[in-house]
Amino acid sequence: MKILVGVKRVIDYNVRVQLKSDGSGVETNGVKMSVNPFDEIAIEEALRIRESGVEAEIIAVSIGTKDAQQQLRTALAMGADRAVLLETDSEVQSLDAAKALLSIAQKEEVDLVLVGKQAIDDDANQTGQMLAALWGRPQATFTSELTIADGKAKSLREVDAGLELIEVDLPALITVDLRLNEPRFVKMPDIMKAKRKPLDTIAFADLGISESPKLETVAYEPPPVRQAGAKVADVPALIAALKDKGVL
Amino acid sequence: MTDQNEIERDVMEYDVCVVGAGPAGLAFAIRLKQLNPEQMICVLEKGSELGMHSLSGAVLEPAAMDELLPEWRDAKLPIKVEAKDDKFFFLTKKKAIRFPNPPQMNNHGNYIISLGGLVKWLGEQAEALEIDVFPGFSGKEALIEDGKVVGVRCGDMGVNADGTPGSAFAPGVDIRAKLTVMGEGCRGSMSKQLIKRFELDKDKSPQTYGLGFKELWKVPAGRVTPGSIQHTVGWPVDTKTYGGSFLYHLDEDRVYIGYVVGLDYQDPNFVPFEAFQQFKHHPKIKALLEGGEILSSGARTIIEGGFQSLPKMEMPGALLIGCAAGTLNVPKIKGIHMALRSGMFAAKHFHEKQSSEGFDKVFRESIAGQELKKVRNIRPGFNKGFWFGMMNAALETITFGKLPWTIKNHSDHDALKKLSDNATPERPYVERDLPPRDRLASVYFAATEHDESQPAHLKVADTNICATTCAEEYGNPCTKFCPANVYEMIDDGNGGKKLQINAANCVHCKACDIKDPYEIITWTTPEGGSGPNYQNL
Ligand SMILES: Cc1cc2nc3c(=O)[nH]c(=O)nc-3n(C[C@H](O)[C@H](O)[C@H](O)COP(=O)(O)OP(=O)(O)OC[C@H]3O[C@@H](n4cnc5c(N)ncnc54)[C@H](O)[C@@H]3O)c2cc1C
Ligand code: SF4
Repeated sequence: MKILVGVKRVIDYNVRVQLKSDGSGVETNGVKMSVNPFDEIAIEEALRIRESGVEAEIIAVSIGTKDAQQQLRTALAMGADRAVLLETDSEVQSLDAAKALLSIAQKEEVDLVLVGKQAIDDDANQTGQMLAALWGRPQATFTSELTIADGKAKSLREVDAGLELIEVDLPALITVDLRLNEPRFVKMPDIMKAKRKPLDTIAFADLGISESPKLETVAYEPPPVRQAGAKVADVPALIAALKDKGVL
Repeated sequence: MTDQNEIERDVMEYDVCVVGAGPAGLAFAIRLKQLNPEQMICVLEKGSELGMHSLSGAVLEPAAMDELLPEWRDAKLPIKVEAKDDKFFFLTKKKAIRFPNPPQMNNHGNYIISLGGLVKWLGEQAEALEIDVFPGFSGKEALIEDGKVVGVRCGDMGVNADGTPGSAFAPGVDIRAKLTVMGEGCRGSMSKQLIKRFELDKDKSPQTYGLGFKELWKVPAGRVTPGSIQHTVGWPVDTKTYGGSFLYHLDEDRVYIGYVVGLDYQDPNFVPFEAFQQFKHHPKIKALLEGGEILSSGARTIIEGGFQSLPKMEMPGALLIGCAAGTLNVPKIKGIHMALRSGMFAAKHFHEKQSSEGFDKVFRESIAGQELKKVRNIRPGFNKGFWFGMMNAALETITFGKLPWTIKNHSDHDALKKLSDNATPERPYVERDLPPRDRLASVYFAATEHDESQPAHLKVADTNICATTCAEEYGNPCTKFCPANVYEMIDDGNGGKKLQINAANCVHCKACDIKDPYEIITWTTPEGGSGPNYQNL
């Protein structure tokens, strides 16, 4: 089988995100970038499917600038077989990302698309679902346990009420949740091997997707700074202060 | 515990293995590859990415970069501001008195940069030359066979807190190389092992260190003069303590502000972090910062022993370069150009001789070695107090360091006086209101991270003395000098106290490995990729 894994380059989760000085966006100059942690889990899961004995080719796909090659190399070092960069310098919103990934999924005739449940930069949680809908194939989102057998995927999903077990026919789309697995450490000899694995670049513009941004960013603002608390002498003063604020 | 000998490890072969992707290690690798493109070189870096563990001033003397890669001048570095005017002040609590600039501090033609940015760029150049750069991998120990260094064992990944292999356990590989180059920077953990093993510090003056703090600030518009450089001495430290500040104005309303304290301070109650924060509240400084915000911060030790403490830089199969040896020019507080130079000289030496032998002499006789020799007496002059130090510095400078003596250094861990010696002076500190509130708040801006399921990488050989002997004699100075509040004395539940090590907060400054009066703290490498994630420091 063929598995497509989405790999997004995002600001590392340890970084304190800061606005650009002109307020036009988020500062990425000199900032550490990483594979979206949920996508890392998706790569790991693809590897585990292959290691469980299913014969599988794993294709890592990223949409972004040339720099995203770095994240694709990480995916290759973890064990993906080859990688495709859909190169663009502009911001790609969820719907266009879904269309772009789908075009590769269809071209490659993949049996499984694995993506993170969301990217930690915009937290949109949309790409996977949109992709499945456009593809006309089943989806299993928020997967925390996955088994592939007999042309079907069994997914244990994390839902509000607890856990839900569903079964979908392949080809299907799976979005992965935090508890699905613990991604492996990249090994040094595998980094060397990854340098020789194929990494193709396709210009995003050549995919024939009419970029149609549905959202317009109006402004960026840091969250309001928490005001320092005030100390009150006793209970009556507290009640007075609360009344003053209109909360009592 | 896992038996180190039973683990099966991958082995990789290289001509040269460099430990540490700082300016020294990268300059070595790049220069060697320029001289001989056939050489197979790898560079190990414990930070998660290149530059993440780099913290420096940094005013760069560009000549060494020009020699290594002249195109660096056109490189798009995140911070690169031409140095403009220099000012030097002596501070009292309320006033700032302008002093003439010490000639070593003339920064004309220099650049203010972020070392992290420079290192990242150097790493890209190294990769373009097909040097294998491995961020996220630490060198744990040297492989030694028949009295010769034959390579490096990398740290294991995915070890549980109790030392057993976890579910994602990945044993560190053994890298075997004809030459191992230590570019670990100040107080390198492997370098320390090697200096001891090969007695490289025999007949040398003890090494001495400083501890530097640094913050990157964004201040309200209109206050910054890009390129302006200011250093101060004096308040808030007393004249017995070696300490001073740096303040570099960048572009985009940003400034670097930092403070360096000599780790030979005597008072066990002294809190270096507090001295830095007090300094920021000097009226002259506060006016600049007030209303601004911190973008990032961190701390790192500086090697200050200079020429007389410089260990032998060679041993069979390996070399020490840059601050791992101690090539920093102390009166200038500049080590980047020296690190670059030592790396380039080392590469040339290995290229010509195919051996480490003879490098020590080559370096000492080089222009870099001579630069160090000239200024050898300036820093130790301050051991006799601030005013003697200033006079001595002037004398040494006007005689170009040609005076026939060399002042010895003393080691920092035995500089501490006991509590009973009452070495704590009056410190009329001011009330603080600029961020960060405390050391924990400061660590937040270092974005430091250690997976808490791994064993603590700070090894304290005997924790029994913490609550007894040390508490009595010194009042647990580790709880005071550590910039990240890693060491805490907490209730042991039986009415006593015990040491708690918050290893996850560590910013890899190495001060505890140096200053602990009983010499029982050892800094070891945590899982590769752990530690601070410095942005533009
Ligand atoms: C506060 C401060 C201000 C300074 N100001 C200036 C200035 O204005 N101008 C100037 O020229 N110099 C300045 N310096 C000095 C300068 O930063 C150093 O001299 C220089 O960085 C030394 O370079 P290096 O390559 O030897 O070591 P480093 O820059 O320390 O690099 C060592 C690298 O090795 C890595 N490493 C260490 N151990 C291991 C291991 N076991 N395995 C894998 N990786 C490892 C580290 O993570 C690090 O990336 C300053 C230093 C400080 C602390
Ligand atoms: S534990 Fe040691 S190395 Fe880590 S931050 Fe504290 S003093 Fe520095």
